[in-house]
Amino acid sequence: MTKSNLQKVLESGAFAVTGELGPPKSGEREVIEHHASHLKGCVDSVNITDNQTAIVRTSSIAAGKIILDMGIEPNVQMTVRDRNRIAIQADVLGAAALGMKNVLCIQGDHASLGSEPQAKNVNDLDSMNLISTLKKMRDEQEFIGGDKLDAPIDLYIGAVANPFADPFEYRPYRLAKKIAAGADFIQTQVIFDMERFELYMKKVVDMGLHEKVRIIAGITPLKSLGAARYMKKFVAGMIVPDHIIDRLKGAKDKKAEGVNMAIEMIEHLKTIEGVAGVHIMAVAWEEIVPEIAERAGLLPRPTFD
Amino acid sequence: MIVAERKPLKEILANLEPFKKVLVLGCGECVTVCMAGGDKEARETALALSIARNKAGNPIEVKTHTVERQCEPEYLESVRHLVEEADVVVSLACGVGIQNMNMYFDDKRTLPGVNTTFMGMPTAQGEWMENCLGCGNCVLDETMGICPIARCSKSMLNGPCGGSQNGKCEVNKDLDCAWHLIVERLMKFNKLDALQEIKEPKDWSTSHNGGPRKMIREDVKL
Repeated sequence: MTKSNLQKVLESGAFAVTGELGPPKSGEREVIEHHASHLKGCVDSVNITDNQTAIVRTSSIAAGKIILDMGIEPNVQMTVRDRNRIAIQADVLGAAALGMKNVLCIQGDHASLGSEPQAKNVNDLDSMNLISTLKKMRDEQEFIGGDKLDAPIDLYIGAVANPFADPFEYRPYRLAKKIAAGADFIQTQVIFDMERFELYMKKVVDMGLHEKVRIIAGITPLKSLGAARYMKKFVAGMIVPDHIIDRLKGAKDKKAEGVNMAIEMIEHLKTIEGVAGVHIMAVAWEEIVPEIAERAGLLPRPTFD
Repeated sequence: MIVAERKPLKEILANLEPFKKVLVLGCGECVTVCMAGGDKEARETALALSIARNKAGNPIEVKTHTVERQCEPEYLESVRHLVEEADVVVSLACGVGIQNMNMYFDDKRTLPGVNTTFMGMPTAQGEWMENCLGCGNCVLDETMGICPIARCSKSMLNGPCGGSQNGKCEVNKDLDCAWHLIVERLMKFNKLDALQEIKEPKDWSTSHNGGPRKMIREDVKL
């Protein structure tokens, strides 16, 4: 089995860094290349969102292939919202054929929140089913329906965790379930409420889950006060505490303060037991990632032969 | 029960444009209970249609009647004379009743007067909730009597998703997160461990996804 770069980094024990790219609402290859170019060399793998917030964009696998051609490793996000098990399994094979190994299993925001609110939400599988499906395809070379794959595929299976969703007490148990289903690594929702995240991680460590899975903590540099307020109010499953808003409000240069806060958060995350890396979600602000990575002491990224 | 709501009068009027003699037919079952298509609503609808057509200078003759159950052929023969007299029927029954009318009186068109919304129950005066999708494979034993197929916006078998906050669904802040309710109820019965079991992908073939369903019971057939 060939391992993805992300898998090698995480298994080496190095503090991993992942980035994120939201494909455009167009078929412009150069736009994807432009966004990705900022991330090259600063991150170990780049998440490619799958019609994020249920808004139609270039498909994650197509965009993944474009950045792969640039020498950047994609982490293909895959929701169960838009495809049934036939399409999903076919897309996993397609991604593998194109050389993509990291797949992040996501339920997906409900279509009613996005650009096609009249769409049928497929949800043939749920996110947990998707994790076990990938594991079955990789470890047993078997599809859900029992058919066998003609040849093994390489997959590094990702899942998401949202420590800020409710019921809070149940969230570590849900993480345990995702691990049991087959998740190799976890990427969390954007963290602004560090206190709640630490409480969550404490429980995760008490349960020994950090030894079974690699947890990459999500952060987003805030570009403006408006962005912070928008996330607090409108983004599903997100908590933005008032002290974050207040600090940004009090700052003269909001962008610089947003970057400072992101770097402080990364420094803090490095000290939390069980955190194996950081996922920097600077969608539409990719050009700031090199500065954040540099100032947070995350560079250079490890390389493997 | 089956919950429905009457179609906007405008839509019914547009459908009735070419007709002069109309029978508005109510149903005495679910649509009566949910106040969408019982005898009272049939009379109100008939009156409203009549007034609107008079106003438009295109008068219409409207009769009303209500049968006990439009969804069973046995109950329809009693209205044959009214159906035959009319140019067209507007049924205020659910989609099942409307289709039964079209099948039973296949020389006459029966048009829908309601939108059939869901299988559910009243939660307060004037409020109804959906709580069964008729998936053909009930899991209520595993989910403490709260259906994740109908009541979770994403029909998750292994919920809750990351969009659940303060017990509410990401789709709508007025909507309870079904999985939050399930987790709470499991805790109440000290059964939270049950959630550690990973539910396999659901067999949707027993639902509409397997094609329109037909049920045959040899034990009760004549």
